[in-house]
Amino acid sequence: MAIAIRSDRSTPASARRGMSDLAIRNWFIIPTLIFLIVFNISPLLYSLGYSFTDYRASMNDPARWVGLQNYRELLADENIWNNFTLTAKYVFVSVAGQVVVGFGAALLMNRPIPGKGLLTTMMMLPMMMCMAVVGLFWQLLYNPSWGIVNYLLFTDGKEWLSNPDWALYAVAITDIWMWSPFVMLLSLAGLSAIPPSLYEAAAIDRASRWFVFRRITLPLVAPLLLIAVIFRTMEAFKTFDIAYVMTSMDETELVAIRLYKMAFLEWQTGRSCALAYLMLLAVLAITNVYVKYLNRLKAR
Amino acid sequence: MAVVQSRTSRWLNRAAIALALLMLVVSMIPLYWIASTAFKARADASTVPPTVFFKPEITPFIKLFTARVQERGARDEAEYAKAPWWERLVMDGGDRFIKDDKGQIESSGYLSRFLNSIVIAVSSTFLAVAMGTITAYGFSRFKMPGEDDWLFFILSTRMLPPVVVAIPMFLMYRMVGLVDTHVGLIILYTAFNLSFSVWLMKGFIDEIPKEYEEAALVDGYTRMEAFLKIVLPQATTGIAATAVFCFITAWNEYAFALMMTNRNAQTAPPYIPSQLGSGLTDWTVIAAGSVLFLIPVTLFTFLLRAHLLRGVTFGAIRR
Repeated sequence: MAIAIRSDRSTPASARRGMSDLAIRNWFIIPTLIFLIVFNISPLLYSLGYSFTDYRASMNDPARWVGLQNYRELLADENIWNNFTLTAKYVFVSVAGQVVVGFGAALLMNRPIPGKGLLTTMMMLPMMMCMAVVGLFWQLLYNPSWGIVNYLLFTDGKEWLSNPDWALYAVAITDIWMWSPFVMLLSLAGLSAIPPSLYEAAAIDRASRWFVFRRITLPLVAPLLLIAVIFRTMEAFKTFDIAYVMTSMDETELVAIRLYKMAFLEWQTGRSCALAYLMLLAVLAITNVYVKYLNRLKAR
Repeated sequence: MAVVQSRTSRWLNRAAIALALLMLVVSMIPLYWIASTAFKARADASTVPPTVFFKPEITPFIKLFTARVQERGARDEAEYAKAPWWERLVMDGGDRFIKDDKGQIESSGYLSRFLNSIVIAVSSTFLAVAMGTITAYGFSRFKMPGEDDWLFFILSTRMLPPVVVAIPMFLMYRMVGLVDTHVGLIILYTAFNLSFSVWLMKGFIDEIPKEYEEAALVDGYTRMEAFLKIVLPQATTGIAATAVFCFITAWNEYAFALMMTNRNAQTAPPYIPSQLGSGLTDWTVIAAGSVLFLIPVTLFTFLLRAHLLRGVTFGAIRR
């Protein structure tokens, strides 16, 4: 890779003996870049090519060029739009829930509590777990006849996962259980970084609790909360594991699940590559925003 | 904050603590439920109302590792008499072991999936952390044209939805024969974790003062020696934390494993849910399998507690 190279610090000692800084930099960085390009970018270029064909990986027929037909048909397909609408609904419910629960928990936890470290770590456990396994055992909890959810909520015999009206929300509730700790973790970091002097000054001015919350707490936590929201939005948009394991209804067919079915069960390889690109563009847009905010935070 | 502690604020404080504890309890119920189900007798697992107190059994774990069918006819008493205690536990529950020609009990698919998970997660973690550490050092200490763009590029590979990458990867793997192989999954997980490893390690290495290396260079070390003997030892904690995060990610990964493997190299995450549909579902066995699978991550979470924030923000937020 021909990159114009300029070493910023080649001391005479290192220039004389051993590898030059320049060589070390290149040997340390370039293999990783090549690895990522080979295993992440080249597949994407490969599938970009296929997205303009009618290729089916289950057949021996060679791929036939169809131009933009896949994209045109996908964008005209009401079912695909429905998948996107469902996903948007899921993202909104799940992320909003996580913010309410997670931020609420952070407000509660942001005070001296005996054994706080242990409590916080225990609360973090769900988000470290395997989503597929979490989805699996929530099926046990949601069981209509003997599941503990119905027992605790006194909703005897209520169907959750096989009920078209509730399944999406049931999955979102599981996601909220799993990922609220993430929002809490970031919010707690923001809250504990607020200088106590601000609260002392507000107390001297006899400011109301609401005023203190709105004018001190919220603005100072906002940057970290925003990071949490963007990140969770992106992850929720990509949701596959948890929803796929928990239910198999049209009402819970998120974009990633539709894509999986199209590619690996229906073997419409060409068309699925096109759908993958539509999804990819959306994810890259969110990633861009996320990294921008992450860098802004880091600069502080 | 404790300057003005009025009576109301003291009460509010107590209420907040109580509420926080309540939240903890609610969030722990699902975990308690799966863990307790793993030690229940099969009949206790699906009762109305749910059974909270029960006599713990280890039968589910024996069932987990063995191939069984439900006994239809009468029990073979001669076989029961000479069976060891743990086999009897399963037979008492009305199951019969499936045995091979030599009379050995066949094992279920769980153990091989579990071992696959270990091999694949450990190998990919090692590769991702090794490459990530040197790359992070490169980015941390040297100027690189377009550095921010490269770092963004690296992070963006992490954000790609697995399904999107899996479709072309599957086609490419099929051509070179890597579908359903350990190597295939190790490569995918390494690629997936590499970006994370670079970002996290860069955060850790940025914190090691450059002056140490500069002093070493003045003392006649080469840059490579300075990296190996000065920087690496200082970065041990960071490397360990990064490795644990990478391990957890690889351990938990489901989508790639589902699409790229089916038997030979299948890991536990796609295998465990697949047990749900097979015959009459025995939830105690599924719970036992889940619990065993979740234990390593639970232990690691406690080890990592000081670095969780840093880990989930790719090293951007430090404390």
